[in-house]
Amino acid sequence: MVSKKQLRFIFGWLALLIAPVALHAAQVSDVVETDLVEQLARFFSMRDPSLRFALIGSILLGISCGLLGGFIVVRKMALMGDALSHAVLPGVAGGFLWNMEKDPVAILVGATIAGLLGSAMVSALTRTTRIKEDAALGLVLASFFAAGLCLQTMIIQNLPSGTQSGLDKFMFGQAAALGWDDVALMSAVTLLAVVMVALFYKELLVTSFDEGFARASGLPVRWVHHGLMLLLAMSVVIALKAVGVVLVSAMLITPAAAAYLLTDRLHRLLTLAVVFGVLAASVGAFFSFVGKNLPTGPLMVLGASTVFLGAFLFGPRYGVLSKWWARRSRSGRTQRENTLKAIYHVWENEGAALEGVSLKALAEKRRATLEEIGREVNSLERHGLATVNGPMVYFTPAGRQRSAEIVRNHRLWELYLTNSANIAPDHVHDDAENIEHVLGEDVVRELERRLGYATHDPHGKAIPSVQDVHQNAGLTGEAGKRGGA
Amino acid sequence: MTKTPDRPQVPSLEIHDLTVAYHQKPVLWGIDISITSGRLVGIVGPNGAGKSTLIKACMGLLPLSSGWVKFFGEPFSRAATRIGYVPQRESVDWDFPVNVMDVVLMGRYGRLGLLRRPGKADREIARQCLEKVQMLPYANRQISNLSGGQQQRVFLARALAQEADLYFMDEPFAGVDAATEAAIVAVLRELRDQGKTILVVHHDLPTARQYFDDLVLLNMRLVAYGKTEDVFTAELLQKTYGGRLTILSEVASALGTAR
Repeated sequence: MVSKKQLRFIFGWLALLIAPVALHAAQVSDVVETDLVEQLARFFSMRDPSLRFALIGSILLGISCGLLGGFIVVRKMALMGDALSHAVLPGVAGGFLWNMEKDPVAILVGATIAGLLGSAMVSALTRTTRIKEDAALGLVLASFFAAGLCLQTMIIQNLPSGTQSGLDKFMFGQAAALGWDDVALMSAVTLLAVVMVALFYKELLVTSFDEGFARASGLPVRWVHHGLMLLLAMSVVIALKAVGVVLVSAMLITPAAAAYLLTDRLHRLLTLAVVFGVLAASVGAFFSFVGKNLPTGPLMVLGASTVFLGAFLFGPRYGVLSKWWARRSRSGRTQRENTLKAIYHVWENEGAALEGVSLKALAEKRRATLEEIGREVNSLERHGLATVNGPMVYFTPAGRQRSAEIVRNHRLWELYLTNSANIAPDHVHDDAENIEHVLGEDVVRELERRLGYATHDPHGKAIPSVQDVHQNAGLTGEAGKRGGA
Repeated sequence: MTKTPDRPQVPSLEIHDLTVAYHQKPVLWGIDISITSGRLVGIVGPNGAGKSTLIKACMGLLPLSSGWVKFFGEPFSRAATRIGYVPQRESVDWDFPVNVMDVVLMGRYGRLGLLRRPGKADREIARQCLEKVQMLPYANRQISNLSGGQQQRVFLARALAQEADLYFMDEPFAGVDAATEAAIVAVLRELRDQGKTILVVHHDLPTARQYFDDLVLLNMRLVAYGKTEDVFTAELLQKTYGGRLTILSEVASALGTAR
């Protein structure tokens, strides 16, 4: 909590300080002023070398961020990714100071060292003091970021060509500013990340899932961790120029988080995260090129967030809409089963000789109006559980069987609660109302066995036996004839 | 420093003067234990006695303040592939994106070493281990869909896949159903009969007496180690669980604050 507050405070000031510079710097399309159609034509024909570099760079950063982000998310190190991306800033300035020019390799080395130093300080703080990781992360992140800002401002002020140094691009990112040397470096780092993950996939998997077990197996857990942190720092640094310090962690976390909602296997999660990362990054580059005044980093992150939103809503297993749909169909089934049960009760009360059940009696039993009952039995009819003929409703064989099953589940459960759990008979009905719809066949068998194949429930009502359920004639046969006629 | 690992006189596990401290506060003092092969050993003691700490320290998962541990006459780093481990079930995130087969295959990683992937033979071994704990039908299940007992069986299958000679198990019976408990006991006895050594952290005294050949009675220091019928006595249990250790723990906290 502390760290978040600190963060917001810093960002507030930061935005005031650098927003004008950044917004100006972040116009990908400041190359030439043209209209939308021409921009689109230029984008898809790839005539501009700067556009080509921007797009290739975006794809590369999508790959490396997606891949390593997958590990960050499953290792619960998302905040570490955030801290790392801010901690690299002084290193960016330091790398620039090295020979006073924008040498991407010097900047990569400086920034990676700063990033690793930051993460080492976080673990040192948590190990040696009573400060917990969240506070340590907030503290280190803010300090490094502040130091980076000061260094950078000093450089920009002291150089006559300060604004051309390109250091300001590191704040919010500008894909169009990527040059040949940047793209070459990005390719090298991305290739390294892909190769390392492929080579050490099994070590990364086991250390992420169960570190203690991995160490007990004699695997080099520390080295795997340090290697991952190094790769992470390097890919954060290569992404900086396109996405910017402030938002680069989102490109690590968001595609991977979206992938986490869609799959249950790590290798699929990593593949999906890479696909989402590439998608988000190229969409960001595209819109930032087409829409003249829009910065690249935020657009990429918005693209990634859109992908996440899609996964959140429409994911087949964990998506909100899928869950809602499953709940809805379950509640529809429960409703139908309650109607079936009511028909059974009426039929049972009025004597088993009766052929069908009148809708009026059913309405009284359900304490509902005739229209409501009409809707309910129509739903049964649609699902092939009952047939309606004038004022009467008849079970189909399937409906007859299901109704007997439900009643049996209900009464068995009531009996079980009363006999075995010593719950008073008048307390058990509500619980049985819910349980009756979900009891599986094997549980029912077990209940029957434990209850000694009892024939009556605690209220003295007959429990439909297995024969009643499966070999039922009586009502069904009549109803079947009527329904067919 | 003998280099003959498997001679009968070389103990499977030898712990000498082991002391472990958390933040300078000692939690285990001067433990000496020597265990021969083919024993099923229970480690019992009250909460905070250092039971899990003991087995973690043996495997080098915690730094030792003093003492040493040898497996078959060798330090852990050279014997790692001969040692199997079942961590506490709560120590991992069961929402992790892996299925049951993936987890059991992890048992093969130590033997495979770096850069080699599990192959057909490893999958076959993993399947056999799953079969032994009656979890083969669940091989392709995502692990979050398992019950507590099933999770514990998967961990046991992973340890079996390690094909180790000595096993450490941290509370394998915690929060499992009766059927799983019986299945685990059967597997442990089978391992013991194959001549393997099994050390099990356990917190239930009545079953401890039933299940184990030997008992380690632990409460910050070794109270007793020996055959179950010899050490399961009122006097030793009173010594382990009774309130006579207040001085020791007070000294421990004093040491923790003093340094």
